[in-house]
Amino acid sequence: MPFFSGEKMTGGYGGADIISSCTINANRGEIVTILGPNGAGKSTAMKAMLGLLNLKSGKVFIDGRDISKLTPQDRVKEGISFVPQTRNVFTGLNVQENLEMGAFLREEHIEEIITEIYELFPILKEKKNQIVGELSGGQRQQVALGRALMTKPSVLMLDEPTAGVSPIVMDELFEHILKVKKKNVAIIMVEQNAKQALSIADRGYVLVTGENKFSGTGRELLNDPEVRRSFLGG
Amino acid sequence: MDFINAIVLLLNYIFVPALSYGSQLALGAIFVSLIYGILRFAYFTAGDLMSFGTMFTILFTWYFQSLGINLGVLPTALIAIPFGMTITILYVLIKDKLIFSYYRTKKSPPVMLAMVSIGTMFVTQAIVRIVIGPFDRRFFDGEKFILKANEFKEATGLNEGLTIKSTQVITLFVTITVVSILFWFLNKTKTGKSMRAYSDNEDLALLSGIDPKKVVMITWVIAAILATVGGTLYGLDKSFKPFTYFNNMLPIFAAAIVGGIGNPFGAFLGGYVIAFSEILLTYAYRKFFVYILPETMEPDSLLQLLSTDYKFAVSFSILVVVLLFRPSGIFKGKIL
Repeated sequence: MPFFSGEKMTGGYGGADIISSCTINANRGEIVTILGPNGAGKSTAMKAMLGLLNLKSGKVFIDGRDISKLTPQDRVKEGISFVPQTRNVFTGLNVQENLEMGAFLREEHIEEIITEIYELFPILKEKKNQIVGELSGGQRQQVALGRALMTKPSVLMLDEPTAGVSPIVMDELFEHILKVKKKNVAIIMVEQNAKQALSIADRGYVLVTGENKFSGTGRELLNDPEVRRSFLGG
Repeated sequence: MDFINAIVLLLNYIFVPALSYGSQLALGAIFVSLIYGILRFAYFTAGDLMSFGTMFTILFTWYFQSLGINLGVLPTALIAIPFGMTITILYVLIKDKLIFSYYRTKKSPPVMLAMVSIGTMFVTQAIVRIVIGPFDRRFFDGEKFILKANEFKEATGLNEGLTIKSTQVITLFVTITVVSILFWFLNKTKTGKSMRAYSDNEDLALLSGIDPKKVVMITWVIAAILATVGGTLYGLDKSFKPFTYFNNMLPIFAAAIVGGIGNPFGAFLGGYVIAFSEILLTYAYRKFFVYILPETMEPDSLLQLLSTDYKFAVSFSILVVVLLFRPSGIFKGKIL
């Protein structure tokens, strides 16, 4: 059984179902990417796994435990961390305070974890007293990643981490994500830049209208002619 | 010599009074700004909450006076403040539990909460009028002056006297203490930082495990403390009249908006901006110009830009101008 999984999830924000019978799973030390056209329910599937969405049916498991009924806050305590696509940092707080807020539920060892984060993202150490609102887009994303890692999560979910950053910054962010993977974290990310995402991902899911359409390893999907034609632009 | 007289005149009639009035407004503006930043609505009960806190401080002052307890040269009200504060804290927490929490859990729009706070404003006003009445009261005791005009004239040989009331010094001292503790709390403690984080990005704060109930509760406690302290200082300095406190809501809101609503430090400075503008624009400058101009050019009129009756027009104009041209406040910088 995979470490973290959403099984046959069906649901929406009231009204019609956005995802139906959608299954996504990830193991520790693995990067899984969710791809698909606009409105396919990629972010919704991820939010369902975090508990931001009430499921009509389907279950979410972590490490064999059923967490389908837990609130997002309680899932955070279970070791799931989430980086939203927008508004994913506290813009009015400085870098260090952002990281401290990430570890709000933690009583001790905060300093050690902050040091670890600074090793992972050296630029943050340089800018630790700067207000996050004044940082560049790529640096902000690093703050957002750092904040999410402060809980020492076993699962990290990223909603379009490279949206709106330049190609160079995108490569840099993917490198950081690979570093996080080495810390034995299960990473699930929704991506628009499908080719690049598949090149670093171990596995990928392609969703269409809320259902699993294709799935496989990054290479399989990259080489699948139908996937190429429909989602990767030939 | 005339020049020094002119300076002393301005110090005595503008600088010293504006500094203490500004501090009193600043305390009010800070909590209005804090409530706006965290609970996200305009708290119209501000002025009347200050009068509520002051009323209980006065009642305790009378009680202590009847027991013969006093602080000598300092006003008895200073010992009564913590007691008035406690009751005000209880009052806002009960009010939140009974009224505001209902609209918060329903996720009502901010304008609805603002309307609700107008409702609680009337209730608070009614309570104050039933308990202590609408009259003008003075509850200051102890030594009134630190520096009297005559003493200053004798000591310096100037024509103009400089008066410093003890309430002005107490106001300044208490304001600096309270505001320093508040900003230390917001910037250095974990709870304070979590309040800033909550105000900055509510969703992310929830994802980080910050407890919204605790943040809201602490906000109310701080509001009640600042309201009682600010209200009592104003009452000691001038007098306690519930209607005046209700009127003070306008300069308090103007100060909060000038400072960029949701930004307590801006609100703190905004208090002084409003106080100085009000007093500078309503002061009669005739005597000042008599000192600095040659005799032949002596002015005949009062040289007062606005009658003091119009002092609220000053805050109101500032409010409108700021909202039109700098809606995010005149101070650049971070929120909360």
